[in-house]
Amino acid sequence: MKVLDVSAIKDGSVIDHIDSKSTLKVADILNIQNEEQVVLVGMNLTSKFLGKKGIIKIGGKIIDQKEVNKIALIAPNATVNIIKDYEVVKKFKVAVPELIEGIVKCFNPNCVSNHHKIEAKLHVVNKNPIKLQCHYCERIMNSKDIVLI
Amino acid sequence: MVSFKQRDIISIRHFNKEELLYILNFATRMEQAVPMDILNGKVLASLFFEPSTRTRLSFESAMKRLGGTVIGFAESGITSIAKGESLSDSVRIIEGYCDIIVLRHYLEGSAQLAADVVEVPVINAGDGANQHPTQTFLDLYTIQKTKGTLEGLTIGFLGDLKYGRTVHSLAYALSYFGAEMFFISPPSLRMPSDCIEELKDRKVKCHENESLLGISKKLDVIYCTRIQKERFADPVEFEKVRGVYRLSKTMLEEIGIKDDLKILHPLPRVDEMDESLDKTDFAVYFHQARNGIPVRKAILAAVLGTLE
Repeated sequence: MKVLDVSAIKDGSVIDHIDSKSTLKVADILNIQNEEQVVLVGMNLTSKFLGKKGIIKIGGKIIDQKEVNKIALIAPNATVNIIKDYEVVKKFKVAVPELIEGIVKCFNPNCVSNHHKIEAKLHVVNKNPIKLQCHYCERIMNSKDIVLI
Repeated sequence: MVSFKQRDIISIRHFNKEELLYILNFATRMEQAVPMDILNGKVLASLFFEPSTRTRLSFESAMKRLGGTVIGFAESGITSIAKGESLSDSVRIIEGYCDIIVLRHYLEGSAQLAADVVEVPVINAGDGANQHPTQTFLDLYTIQKTKGTLEGLTIGFLGDLKYGRTVHSLAYALSYFGAEMFFISPPSLRMPSDCIEELKDRKVKCHENESLLGISKKLDVIYCTRIQKERFADPVEFEKVRGVYRLSKTMLEEIGIKDDLKILHPLPRVDEMDESLDKTDFAVYFHQARNGIPVRKAILAAVLGTLE
Protein backbone atom coordinates (compact mmCIF):
# COMPACT_ATOMS: atom_id res chain seq x y z
CA MET A 1 0.00 0.00 0.00
CA LYS A 2 1.27 3.48 -0.87
CA VAL A 3 0.36 6.41 1.33
CA LEU A 4 1.48 9.91 0.56
CA ASP A 5 1.68 11.53 3.96
CA VAL A 6 1.18 15.11 2.87
CA SER A 7 -2.02 17.03 2.98
CA ALA A 8 -3.83 18.50 -0.02
CA ILE A 9 -3.70 22.24 -0.72
CA LYS A 10 -6.74 24.32 -1.48
CA ASP A 11 -5.21 26.62 -4.14
CA GLY A 12 -1.72 26.63 -5.59
CA SER A 13 0.76 24.48 -7.50
CA VAL A 14 1.99 20.94 -7.07
CA ILE A 15 5.23 19.93 -8.77
CA ASP A 16 5.36 16.17 -8.90
CA HIS A 17 7.69 13.54 -10.38
CA ILE A 18 10.81 15.49 -9.56
CA ASP A 19 13.94 13.37 -9.69
CA SER A 20 14.41 13.02 -5.92
CA LYS A 21 17.95 14.41 -5.87
CA SER A 22 16.79 17.56 -7.64
CA THR A 23 13.96 18.36 -5.23
CA LEU A 24 15.80 21.01 -3.25
CA LYS A 25 17.09 22.65 -6.42
CA VAL A 26 13.50 22.93 -7.63
CA ALA A 27 12.57 24.36 -4.23
CA ASP A 28 15.28 26.97 -4.75
CA ILE A 29 13.90 27.87 -8.19
CA LEU A 30 10.49 28.40 -6.60
CA ASN A 31 12.03 30.54 -3.89
CA ILE A 32 9.96 28.73 -1.25
CA GLN A 33 11.71 30.33 1.70
CA ASN A 34 9.83 33.52 0.94
CA GLU A 35 6.40 31.88 0.70
CA GLU A 36 3.93 32.73 3.42
CA GLN A 37 1.32 30.09 2.77
CA VAL A 38 1.71 26.36 3.25
CA VAL A 39 4.66 24.69 1.51
CA LEU A 40 5.16 20.94 1.56
CA VAL A 41 8.34 19.32 0.31
CA GLY A 42 8.64 15.55 0.00
CA MET A 43 11.72 13.60 -1.02
CA ASN A 44 12.52 9.94 -1.60
CA LEU A 45 8.87 9.04 -2.15
CA THR A 46 8.25 5.82 -4.04
CA SER A 47 7.68 6.24 -7.76
CA LYS A 48 7.05 3.47 -10.30
CA PHE A 49 8.63 5.58 -13.01
CA LEU A 50 11.55 7.24 -11.23
CA GLY A 51 12.18 4.81 -8.37
CA LYS A 52 12.35 7.70 -5.94
CA LYS A 53 10.72 11.01 -6.55
CA GLY A 54 10.27 14.40 -4.97
CA ILE A 55 7.14 16.49 -4.71
CA ILE A 56 6.58 20.15 -3.79
CA LYS A 57 3.21 21.69 -2.96
CA ILE A 58 2.95 25.44 -2.66
CA GLY A 59 -0.25 27.03 -1.41
CA GLY A 60 -1.47 30.23 -3.06
CA LYS A 61 1.10 30.31 -5.86
CA ILE A 62 0.59 29.66 -9.58
CA ILE A 63 4.02 29.02 -11.02
CA ASP A 64 4.98 31.04 -14.06
CA GLN A 65 6.51 30.01 -17.40
CA LYS A 66 10.01 31.16 -16.49
CA GLU A 67 9.92 28.92 -13.41
CA VAL A 68 8.55 26.03 -15.49
CA ASN A 69 11.42 26.44 -17.98
CA LYS A 70 13.97 26.43 -15.17
CA ILE A 71 12.43 23.33 -13.59
CA ALA A 72 12.51 21.56 -16.98
CA LEU A 73 16.28 21.97 -17.06
CA ILE A 74 16.78 20.56 -13.56
CA ALA A 75 13.95 18.01 -13.43
CA PRO A 76 12.92 17.13 -17.01
CA ASN A 77 10.35 14.54 -15.88
CA ALA A 78 8.47 16.84 -13.52
CA THR A 79 4.74 17.43 -13.85
CA VAL A 80 2.90 20.53 -12.73
CA ASN A 81 -0.62 20.54 -11.30
CA ILE A 82 -2.48 23.78 -10.80
CA ILE A 83 -4.97 23.45 -7.98
CA LYS A 84 -8.11 25.50 -7.40
CA ASP A 85 -10.46 24.72 -4.57
CA TYR A 86 -8.81 21.31 -4.05
CA GLU A 87 -9.36 20.37 -7.71
CA VAL A 88 -6.68 19.95 -10.38
CA VAL A 89 -7.65 22.50 -13.00
CA LYS A 90 -4.54 22.15 -15.17
CA LYS A 91 -1.92 19.45 -15.42
CA PHE A 92 1.12 19.37 -17.68
CA LYS A 93 4.59 17.92 -17.98
CA VAL A 94 7.39 20.44 -18.01
CA ALA A 95 9.10 20.79 -21.39
CA VAL A 96 12.49 22.16 -22.27
CA PRO A 97 12.02 25.00 -24.79
CA GLU A 98 14.16 25.19 -27.94
CA LEU A 99 15.71 28.46 -26.81
CA ILE A 100 16.49 29.42 -23.24
CA GLU A 101 16.71 33.14 -22.61
CA GLY A 102 17.66 34.89 -19.43
CA ILE A 103 17.49 31.90 -17.09
CA VAL A 104 20.84 30.14 -17.49
CA LYS A 105 24.24 31.80 -17.38
CA CYS A 106 26.84 30.78 -19.97
CA PHE A 107 29.58 28.88 -18.12
CA ASN A 108 32.36 30.36 -20.26
CA PRO A 109 33.93 33.27 -18.32
CA ASN A 110 35.23 34.75 -21.58
CA CYS A 111 31.80 34.77 -23.22
CA VAL A 112 30.55 38.19 -24.27
CA SER A 113 27.27 37.50 -22.44
CA ASN A 114 29.20 37.55 -19.14
CA HIS A 115 30.78 40.94 -19.88
CA HIS A 116 28.05 42.97 -21.54
CA LYS A 117 24.56 43.87 -20.42
CA ILE A 118 22.82 41.31 -22.59
CA GLU A 119 20.49 38.46 -21.80
CA ALA A 120 22.17 35.05 -21.85
CA LYS A 121 20.72 32.97 -24.66
CA LEU A 122 21.23 29.23 -25.09
CA HIS A 123 20.01 26.85 -27.77
CA VAL A 124 18.90 23.41 -26.64
CA VAL A 125 20.85 20.91 -28.73
CA ASN A 126 19.70 17.86 -26.76
CA LYS A 127 16.85 17.54 -24.28
CA ASN A 128 17.68 14.33 -22.49
CA PRO A 129 20.41 14.40 -21.34
CA ILE A 130 20.31 18.15 -21.48
CA LYS A 131 22.91 19.87 -23.71
CA LEU A 132 22.84 23.61 -24.26
CA GLN A 133 24.85 25.68 -26.72
CA CYS A 134 25.54 29.33 -26.05
CA HIS A 135 24.08 31.52 -28.80
CA TYR A 136 27.11 33.80 -28.56
CA CYS A 137 30.27 31.81 -27.81
CA GLU A 138 28.94 28.42 -29.03
CA ARG A 139 30.28 26.52 -26.03
CA ILE A 140 28.28 23.43 -25.19
CA MET A 141 27.10 22.94 -21.62
CA ASN A 142 25.94 19.74 -19.94
CA SER A 143 23.63 19.57 -16.92
CA LYS A 144 26.59 19.79 -14.51
CA ASP A 145 27.55 23.16 -16.02
CA ILE A 146 24.13 24.75 -15.66
CA VAL A 147 24.02 27.79 -13.40
CA LEU A 148 20.57 29.33 -13.13
CA ILE A 149 20.30 33.09 -13.05
CA MET B 1 20.75 27.37 -54.51
CA VAL B 2 23.64 28.61 -52.40
CA SER B 3 23.72 32.32 -51.72
CA PHE B 4 25.87 34.34 -49.37
CA LYS B 5 24.24 37.66 -50.18
CA GLN B 6 23.99 39.83 -47.03
CA ARG B 7 24.83 36.84 -44.80
CA ASP B 8 26.85 37.11 -41.62
CA ILE B 9 30.00 34.98 -41.49
CA ILE B 10 30.20 34.22 -37.78
CA SER B 11 30.97 30.57 -37.32
CA ILE B 12 31.96 27.70 -39.57
CA ARG B 13 29.11 25.79 -37.91
CA HIS B 14 26.66 27.93 -39.84
CA PHE B 15 27.74 26.49 -43.19
CA ASN B 16 27.14 23.12 -44.78
CA LYS B 17 29.52 21.28 -47.07
CA GLU B 18 27.97 22.71 -50.23
CA GLU B 19 28.39 26.25 -48.91
CA LEU B 20 32.02 25.65 -47.92
CA LEU B 21 32.78 24.35 -51.41
CA TYR B 22 30.93 27.28 -52.97
CA ILE B 23 33.35 29.76 -51.37
CA LEU B 24 36.36 27.64 -52.30
CA ASN B 25 35.24 27.57 -55.94
CA PHE B 26 34.57 31.27 -55.79
CA ALA B 27 38.11 31.82 -54.46
CA THR B 28 39.53 29.89 -57.42
CA ARG B 29 37.65 32.27 -59.72
CA MET B 30 39.14 35.19 -57.80
CA GLU B 31 42.64 33.95 -58.64
CA GLN B 32 41.67 34.15 -62.28
CA ALA B 33 40.46 37.23 -64.14
CA VAL B 34 37.97 39.22 -62.10
CA PRO B 35 36.85 42.79 -62.80
CA MET B 36 38.77 45.10 -60.47
CA ASP B 37 35.87 47.34 -59.60
CA ILE B 38 33.12 44.96 -58.50
CA LEU B 39 33.07 46.49 -55.02
CA ASN B 40 33.35 50.06 -56.25
CA GLY B 41 31.49 52.39 -53.87
CA LYS B 42 31.32 49.81 -51.06
CA VAL B 43 32.85 50.56 -47.67
CA LEU B 44 34.27 47.97 -45.29
CA ALA B 45 34.58 48.82 -41.58
CA SER B 46 37.59 46.98 -40.21
CA LEU B 47 37.19 46.85 -36.41
CA PHE B 48 40.13 45.17 -34.70
CA PHE B 49 40.05 45.12 -30.91
CA GLU B 50 42.95 42.68 -30.87
CA PRO B 51 46.26 42.73 -32.75
CA SER B 52 46.34 41.18 -36.21
CA THR B 53 48.57 41.36 -39.24
CA ARG B 54 47.45 38.82 -41.82
CA THR B 55 43.71 38.89 -41.25
CA ARG B 56 43.34 42.65 -41.07
CA LEU B 57 45.69 43.48 -43.92
CA SER B 58 44.41 40.74 -46.21
CA PHE B 59 40.80 41.85 -45.67
CA GLU B 60 41.76 45.44 -46.37
CA SER B 61 43.82 44.46 -49.39
CA ALA B 62 41.05 42.20 -50.74
CA MET B 63 38.51 45.00 -50.39
CA LYS B 64 40.75 47.57 -52.10
CA ARG B 65 41.73 45.17 -54.89
CA LEU B 66 38.05 44.81 -55.71
CA GLY B 67 37.55 48.56 -55.85
CA GLY B 68 36.09 49.12 -52.37
CA THR B 69 37.32 51.34 -49.57
CA VAL B 70 38.16 50.68 -45.93
CA ILE B 71 37.58 52.56 -42.69
CA GLY B 72 38.27 51.37 -39.17
CA PHE B 73 40.84 50.92 -36.46
CA ALA B 74 43.46 48.42 -35.40
CA GLU B 75 43.48 49.47 -31.78
CA SER B 76 40.36 50.23 -29.76
CA GLY B 77 42.16 52.64 -27.40
CA ILE B 78 41.64 55.44 -29.92
CA THR B 79 37.86 54.95 -30.14
CA SER B 80 34.86 55.71 -27.95
CA ILE B 81 35.24 52.20 -26.49
CA ALA B 82 37.96 53.81 -24.37
CA LYS B 83 35.26 56.17 -23.01
CA GLY B 84 33.17 53.19 -21.94
CA GLU B 85 30.95 52.78 -24.99
CA SER B 86 29.54 49.28 -25.30
CA LEU B 87 30.36 47.04 -28.25
CA SER B 88 26.66 47.00 -29.24
CA ASP B 89 26.48 50.79 -29.35
CA SER B 90 29.77 51.08 -31.24
CA VAL B 91 28.73 48.72 -34.03
CA ARG B 92 25.27 50.32 -34.25
CA ILE B 93 26.96 53.66 -34.89
CA ILE B 94 29.55 52.30 -37.29
CA GLU B 95 27.01 50.42 -39.44
CA GLY B 96 25.75 53.80 -40.57
CA TYR B 97 29.14 54.42 -42.16
CA CYS B 98 29.69 51.17 -44.04
CA ASP B 99 28.29 48.28 -46.07
CA ILE B 100 30.00 45.46 -44.19
CA ILE B 101 31.76 45.03 -40.85
CA VAL B 102 34.82 42.88 -40.19
CA LEU B 103 35.25 42.42 -36.45
CA ARG B 104 37.97 40.94 -34.29
CA HIS B 105 37.39 40.98 -30.54
CA TYR B 106 38.89 39.25 -27.52
CA LEU B 107 35.52 38.17 -26.10
CA GLU B 108 33.97 34.97 -27.41
CA GLY B 109 30.61 35.53 -29.03
CA SER B 110 31.26 39.21 -29.75
CA ALA B 111 30.76 38.80 -33.52
CA GLN B 112 27.39 37.12 -32.97
CA LEU B 113 26.40 39.94 -30.62
CA ALA B 114 27.35 42.49 -33.28
CA ALA B 115 25.46 40.57 -35.97
CA ASP B 116 22.37 40.49 -33.77
CA VAL B 117 22.24 44.28 -33.40
CA VAL B 118 23.16 45.56 -36.87
CA GLU B 119 21.61 45.19 -40.33
CA VAL B 120 24.81 45.16 -42.38
CA PRO B 121 26.61 41.81 -42.69
CA VAL B 122 29.23 41.04 -40.02
CA ILE B 123 32.30 38.93 -40.67
CA ASN B 124 33.95 37.39 -37.64
CA ALA B 125 37.70 37.91 -37.90
CA GLY B 126 38.30 36.03 -34.64
CA ASP B 127 36.40 36.12 -31.34
CA GLY B 128 38.62 35.12 -28.43
CA ALA B 129 39.31 31.38 -28.52
CA ASN B 130 36.07 30.65 -30.34
CA GLN B 131 35.88 30.97 -34.12
CA HIS B 132 37.81 32.41 -37.03
CA PRO B 133 35.75 31.24 -40.00
CA THR B 134 37.55 33.08 -42.81
CA GLN B 135 40.84 31.54 -41.65
CA THR B 136 39.12 28.17 -41.94
CA PHE B 137 38.00 28.93 -45.47
CA LEU B 138 41.57 29.77 -46.44
CA ASP B 139 42.95 26.72 -44.61
CA LEU B 140 40.52 24.51 -46.53
CA TYR B 141 41.43 26.28 -49.74
CA THR B 142 45.14 25.69 -49.10
CA ILE B 143 44.63 22.01 -48.27
CA GLN B 144 42.49 21.52 -51.37
CA LYS B 145 45.03 23.27 -53.59
CA THR B 146 48.09 21.49 -52.23
CA LYS B 147 46.64 18.01 -51.67
CA GLY B 148 44.30 18.06 -54.64
CA THR B 149 41.34 17.05 -52.50
CA LEU B 150 39.69 17.59 -49.12
CA GLU B 151 38.21 14.11 -48.94
CA GLY B 152 39.45 11.38 -46.62
CA LEU B 153 42.63 13.03 -45.37
CA THR B 154 44.50 12.27 -42.15
CA ILE B 155 45.25 15.51 -40.34
CA GLY B 156 47.49 16.11 -37.35
CA PHE B 157 46.74 19.22 -35.31
CA LEU B 158 49.80 20.21 -33.29
CA GLY B 159 50.44 22.75 -30.52
CA ASP B 160 47.93 24.84 -28.63
CA LEU B 161 44.68 23.03 -29.24
CA LYS B 162 42.94 24.46 -26.19
CA TYR B 163 42.96 28.13 -27.14
CA GLY B 164 43.64 27.74 -30.87
CA ARG B 165 40.40 28.94 -32.47
CA THR B 166 41.67 28.09 -35.96
CA VAL B 167 42.00 24.47 -34.89
CA HIS B 168 38.45 24.29 -33.54
CA SER B 169 36.97 25.77 -36.71
CA LEU B 170 39.09 23.73 -39.13
CA ALA B 171 38.47 20.44 -37.33
CA TYR B 172 34.73 21.08 -37.52
CA ALA B 173 34.90 21.95 -41.24
CA LEU B 174 36.99 18.90 -42.08
CA SER B 175 34.40 16.71 -40.40
CA TYR B 176 32.33 17.18 -43.57
CA PHE B 177 35.05 15.53 -45.62
CA GLY B 178 35.64 12.24 -43.78
CA ALA B 179 38.93 13.30 -42.20
CA GLU B 180 40.70 11.27 -39.52
CA MET B 181 42.18 13.59 -36.91
CA PHE B 182 45.10 13.36 -34.50
CA PHE B 183 45.26 16.04 -31.81
CA ILE B 184 48.83 16.39 -30.57
CA SER B 185 49.41 18.70 -27.61
CA PRO B 186 50.79 18.88 -24.08
CA PRO B 187 48.13 17.76 -21.54
CA SER B 188 47.44 21.35 -20.43
CA LEU B 189 46.63 22.46 -23.99
CA ARG B 190 44.43 19.57 -25.11
CA MET B 191 41.53 20.05 -27.48
CA PRO B 192 38.48 21.06 -25.37
CA SER B 193 36.38 18.02 -24.50
CA ASP B 194 33.22 19.58 -25.95
CA CYS B 195 34.99 19.95 -29.33
CA ILE B 196 36.10 16.31 -29.25
CA GLU B 197 32.60 15.19 -28.27
CA GLU B 198 31.08 17.21 -31.08
CA LEU B 199 33.50 15.72 -33.62
CA LYS B 200 32.77 12.20 -32.39
CA ASP B 201 29.04 12.93 -32.71
CA ARG B 202 29.82 13.79 -36.33
CA LYS B 203 31.47 10.34 -36.76
CA VAL B 204 35.03 11.69 -36.94
CA LYS B 205 37.82 9.29 -35.93
CA CYS B 206 39.63 11.35 -33.24
CA HIS B 207 42.87 10.48 -31.48
CA GLU B 208 44.69 12.45 -28.78
CA ASN B 209 48.48 12.23 -28.47
CA GLU B 210 51.30 14.06 -26.74
CA SER B 211 53.88 13.43 -29.47
CA LEU B 212 54.21 12.90 -33.21
CA LEU B 213 56.17 9.70 -32.58
CA GLY B 214 54.38 6.67 -33.95
CA ILE B 215 51.78 8.65 -35.87
CA SER B 216 53.81 10.96 -38.13
CA LYS B 217 53.87 8.49 -41.05
CA LYS B 218 50.07 8.44 -41.18
CA LEU B 219 49.62 12.16 -41.65
CA ASP B 220 48.74 13.85 -44.94
CA VAL B 221 48.70 17.29 -43.31
CA ILE B 222 50.15 18.76 -40.14
CA TYR B 223 48.33 21.87 -38.95
CA CYS B 224 50.80 23.46 -36.56
CA THR B 225 49.84 26.28 -34.19
CA ARG B 226 51.67 28.71 -31.99
CA ILE B 227 51.36 28.41 -28.23
CA GLN B 228 49.69 31.72 -27.56
CA LYS B 229 51.30 33.61 -24.69
CA GLU B 230 48.44 36.14 -24.65
CA ARG B 231 45.89 33.46 -23.70
CA PHE B 232 47.73 32.46 -20.48
CA ALA B 233 46.72 34.25 -17.30
CA ASP B 234 49.72 32.75 -15.52
CA PRO B 235 53.16 33.26 -17.17
CA VAL B 236 54.52 30.27 -15.24
CA GLU B 237 52.04 28.01 -17.03
CA PHE B 238 53.14 29.48 -20.35
CA GLU B 239 56.81 28.83 -19.62
CA LYS B 240 56.02 25.17 -18.88
CA VAL B 241 54.76 24.60 -22.43
CA ARG B 242 56.61 27.10 -24.63
CA GLY B 243 58.86 25.43 -27.13
CA VAL B 244 57.51 21.98 -26.31
CA TYR B 245 57.21 21.23 -30.03
CA ARG B 246 59.71 22.34 -32.60
CA LEU B 247 59.32 20.99 -36.11
CA SER B 248 62.48 20.93 -38.18
CA LYS B 249 63.58 19.23 -41.38
CA THR B 250 65.94 16.94 -39.46
CA MET B 251 63.35 16.08 -36.86
CA LEU B 252 60.77 15.13 -39.49
CA GLU B 253 63.31 13.01 -41.37
CA GLU B 254 64.17 11.20 -38.14
CA ILE B 255 60.60 10.37 -37.12
CA GLY B 256 59.48 9.56 -40.69
CA ILE B 257 56.77 11.27 -42.71
CA LYS B 258 54.88 10.81 -45.96
CA ASP B 259 56.72 12.25 -48.97
CA ASP B 260 53.74 14.43 -49.85
CA LEU B 261 53.08 15.71 -46.32
CA LYS B 262 52.01 19.35 -46.20
CA ILE B 263 52.56 21.58 -43.19
CA LEU B 264 50.17 24.46 -42.55
CA HIS B 265 50.39 27.13 -39.87
CA PRO B 266 48.06 30.11 -39.45
CA LEU B 267 51.11 32.21 -38.46
CA PRO B 268 52.69 34.06 -36.75
CA ARG B 269 55.15 31.39 -35.67
CA VAL B 270 57.50 31.78 -32.77
CA ASP B 271 59.71 28.75 -32.24
CA GLU B 272 57.44 25.85 -33.18
CA MET B 273 58.67 25.62 -36.80
CA ASP B 274 62.30 25.86 -37.74
CA GLU B 275 63.27 27.94 -40.75
CA SER B 276 64.96 24.84 -42.20
CA LEU B 277 61.46 23.77 -43.26
CA ASP B 278 60.68 26.92 -45.21
CA LYS B 279 62.21 25.86 -48.51
CA THR B 280 60.98 22.27 -48.44
CA ASP B 281 57.95 21.06 -50.38
CA PHE B 282 56.28 20.30 -47.06
CA ALA B 283 55.96 23.95 -46.11
CA VAL B 284 52.85 25.61 -47.48
CA TYR B 285 52.28 28.17 -44.72
CA PHE B 286 53.42 31.16 -46.73
CA HIS B 287 51.14 30.13 -49.61
CA GLN B 288 48.44 29.70 -47.00
CA ALA B 289 48.88 33.31 -45.85
CA ARG B 290 48.74 34.54 -49.44
CA ASN B 291 45.56 32.55 -50.02
CA GLY B 292 43.91 35.00 -47.62
CA ILE B 293 43.50 37.36 -50.56
CA PRO B 294 41.49 35.23 -53.03
CA VAL B 295 39.46 33.69 -50.22
CA ARG B 296 38.59 37.00 -48.59
CA LYS B 297 37.90 38.56 -51.97
CA ALA B 298 35.49 35.69 -52.63
CA ILE B 299 33.78 36.15 -49.26
CA LEU B 300 33.43 39.92 -49.65
CA ALA B 301 32.10 39.62 -53.21
CA ALA B 302 29.71 36.82 -52.25
CA VAL B 303 28.37 38.62 -49.16
CA LEU B 304 28.06 41.98 -50.87
CA GLY B 305 26.28 40.18 -53.68
CA THR B 306 28.21 41.62 -56.57
CA LEU B 307 28.96 38.26 -58.20
CA GLU B 308 26.88 35.08 -58.25
